[in-house]
Amino acid sequence: MSPHTLLEHRRGHTADLLVRRARLLDPRAGIDEPGDLLLRAGEVAEIGPPGSLEGPDGAEVVEGEGLHAFPAFVDPHVHLRTPGREDEEDIETGTRAAAAGGFCAILAMPNTDPVVDSADLVRALRERAREEARVPTGFLAAVTVGERGEQLTEMGELADAGALGFTDDGRPVANAGVLRQALRYQRMVGLTLALHEEDPALSRDGAMHEGAVSAQLGVAGIPSISESTTIARDAAIAAYEDARIHIQHVSARESVAAIEQAKQAGVRITCEATPHHLTLTDEAVRTLDTNFKMNPPLRSEEDRRALIDGLRSGVVDCVATDHAPHAREEKEEPFEVAPMGVIGLETAFAALHTLLVEPGLISLPLLVERMTAGGAPFGLAAPTLAPGSPANVCLVDLGAEWEVGEAGYESRSSNCCFAGRRLRGRVRMTVAAGGVVYRERSFAIGAVR
Amino acid sequence: MRNLLSIEDLSRQDIERILARASSFAQVSGREIKKVPTLRGRTVINLFYESSTRTSSSFELAAKRLSADLVSIKAQGSSVDKGESLRDTVQTLSAYDPAAIVIRSPYAGAAALVASWTTASVINAGDGKHEHPTQALLDLYTLRARRGDLEGLRVWIVGDVLHSRVARSNILAFTRMGCAVTVCGPPTLIPRDIATLGCEVRFSLDGIEEADVVYALRMQRERMTGSYVPSLREYAARFQIDGRRLAPHQLLMHPGPVNRGVELAAEVIDSPQALIVRQVESGVVVRMAVLYELLAGGLSPLPASRGIRTEPQPA
Repeated sequence: MSPHTLLEHRRGHTADLLVRRARLLDPRAGIDEPGDLLLRAGEVAEIGPPGSLEGPDGAEVVEGEGLHAFPAFVDPHVHLRTPGREDEEDIETGTRAAAAGGFCAILAMPNTDPVVDSADLVRALRERAREEARVPTGFLAAVTVGERGEQLTEMGELADAGALGFTDDGRPVANAGVLRQALRYQRMVGLTLALHEEDPALSRDGAMHEGAVSAQLGVAGIPSISESTTIARDAAIAAYEDARIHIQHVSARESVAAIEQAKQAGVRITCEATPHHLTLTDEAVRTLDTNFKMNPPLRSEEDRRALIDGLRSGVVDCVATDHAPHAREEKEEPFEVAPMGVIGLETAFAALHTLLVEPGLISLPLLVERMTAGGAPFGLAAPTLAPGSPANVCLVDLGAEWEVGEAGYESRSSNCCFAGRRLRGRVRMTVAAGGVVYRERSFAIGAVR
Repeated sequence: MRNLLSIEDLSRQDIERILARASSFAQVSGREIKKVPTLRGRTVINLFYESSTRTSSSFELAAKRLSADLVSIKAQGSSVDKGESLRDTVQTLSAYDPAAIVIRSPYAGAAALVASWTTASVINAGDGKHEHPTQALLDLYTLRARRGDLEGLRVWIVGDVLHSRVARSNILAFTRMGCAVTVCGPPTLIPRDIATLGCEVRFSLDGIEEADVVYALRMQRERMTGSYVPSLREYAARFQIDGRRLAPHQLLMHPGPVNRGVELAAEVIDSPQALIVRQVESGVVVRMAVLYELLAGGLSPLPASRGIRTEPQPA
C-alpha cells in the first residue's frame, strides 16, 4: 500500500487550470524556466514555453507573469490539536492555514488529548480529515501508550489503521530500553519513528536556551547537550538495530554534527529544521515575549548558522514548521509558565525567503527543495511539476511584502513568532491533489489585479 | 520615569537621584511624625504572589509614610487562588485607578507584563530569578551611607547566584556605580555565561581578602535536592563567611533572611562590619524614594485631576 493513500482530505472537484507565463521552478525535476503550466484531471498535464499552451474549454486561466510556480510544500510536523483542544486548532482551520502557506500535504502529531495511541482514534481522525481537511493530511501515532514513555502502543494495529509513522513528539522517548524495543518492533511493522530529542534530566525545568541571555534573565536554561546527547544515543541504537529514524526540530550545532556523523556512518537517519530555528536566536527571548517560547528553544547565532549550513549540505533534509497553536490566554502568562510552541504554516516560506534567500544565505531552488522534501522520511514522494504527476502546485509572488498578522491568521490561534514583521513572498494560490485549496484575497477569481 | 522594572533601565544619574531622595526621606524618618503628604489621595497596590516579609512590609510602610491609600493583596486567599489569570487580576485592580502597582512574582518578566496591561506605574518587587531592583537600590544606599563614594570598590557576591534575583540586580547596580564585581560560589550555582553581565567569576573564596564588600546570598535548603550541592555541610565548609574569612576592613551584606550557620557564621552576623540590619532600615526610605520618583518625580507629568470635569472655556 502506497503511503499516499493514507493521506486524507475532503475531495472536491479537480481544477482544470492553465498558468501562463510564470517562472516554473522545480529543482528536483530540473525545471527552472519561464513557462506555461497546465493542470488537468488532477495531474500536471503539460508544461511548455511561455504563451505556448492553450487552456481546454472551461479551464481557468491564471496570468502568472511575475509569479513563481513551485511544487507545493510538505510539512512533516504539525499540531492540529484535535481531539481535545479544538479551541486552539482543528483539522479544518489547521489545513486552511497549511493551504495558505502553500502546503499540499501535512503530517499531524499524536500528542492530543487523548493521545493518538489506539487504532480507533487513527480511523476516526482519518474519517474527520476526509470531511474537513483542505489539504491531504496524514496522522502519526504515538510510540508509547499515552506518550508516557513506558509501554509500546499496538504499533501493528496502528499501522493497519493507517498511521503514517510513530512519534511521542512533545516528549522524548527518554528510556533507551523502550526506544530500542520500538526500533526492533519496527522491523515487523515498518514505518519511520520520528523523535523529539531531549534528555529530561538535562532539560530539567528549563524554559529557554542556556546561554548568556538565560544567565542575564535568570530563566532556567535548556542546554544544547540535552538534545545532542540524546540524538547521539538514538543514532547509536538505530545503527545497532538497523532501524529508520527521523529527528524532529533540530536546534543545536552539536546536534547537526551528531547527525552528520551518523549519516556518514550509514545510519538510516533524516532530520528536519524549523523556520524559527533557522531565522531567530535566543536574543529574541530578551523581551520574554511568549511567542518566542518553544521546545526546543531558540538557540545562539552559531547554532542557527550550523542549521543553515546543514540545510545547504543536506545534513538537514527538510523544513518542518512544528506548527503549534496555543490559546491566547495561555500565551498571556509570564514566560516561564506559558506553554511552548508557535504557529508557522502561514509564514514558513515567507520567513525563510526573506531571512535566508534574500540575504544570500541559501538559494531559492534549495529552499524549494527542502520545503517539498518533508514527506520523504515517511515514504511520501515529493511533489513535482513534472508532467504526469499529481497536481500539487503553489503560486508565489516573491516581491509581495506583507505584515504578518495584519490581516489575522487562517489558523485559529495567533501565537506567531513573526507577528508584526514585514516579510516578502506571498502565496497567491495553492493546488493540492488536483484541487484549488487556497486563493489569496487579491487573487480571487474576478479580482482586479 | 514611569516604571521601575529593572536596574538595566536606570542610568547612574537616575540612581543618584533616587538615593539622594532617600537621604532626604531619612531625615523625615527621624522625626516623631514620619508622614509626608506627597501621595495623599492616591492609591498604591501591593500585589504579592510570593511570601515576603521585608519587601512587602517596607513597601507598605513607604506608601503609608507618603500618605498614600494602600491595598495589599497576597496570592493566598485572593481571586488568584480561584484561578484568575494575572492579566485579569491586574485589569480588575486597575479599575480602582491605582497610581502604582508593586508586584512580586515567582516568574521572570511578570512586572513588565503587568506594565503592559495597566496605566499605573509598576514597581518590580522581584520577578522570579530575574531582578529585584529596589533591593539593589537599598543596598547601594546602605553601602553609601557607610562608605561614601562607591567608585572603585571591590564587591564579592558569594553563594547561590543561579537562583538569585538579588545577585542579578546587584551585579548591574554595583557595576553601574563604578564597583568591580566578582561572583563566587560552587560552579553548580553560578550560571554559565554570567560574566556577560560584566562581573568576574570565582569558584572559591581564595582571594576574597581583596574585597571591600562581601555580599553573601541566601543558600536555600531545597537546593540540595537538585544536586546543586552535595550537602549544606560541604557548602558551608567552602563558602561560609565566618570570622576567619572576614577581614576587619571588609563590610558584610546580606539580603535576608539569613540561614545562620550556612552562608554566614553567627559571629559575623552580629559583628560591627555587618550592614544587614542597616539594609532592612534602608528599605523603607529607598522605597519611599522610588514611589516618589515614579509618582511625583520631576520627569513624570503632574497627576491628572480625576473625577473633576472641567467646563469648556468660552471662546
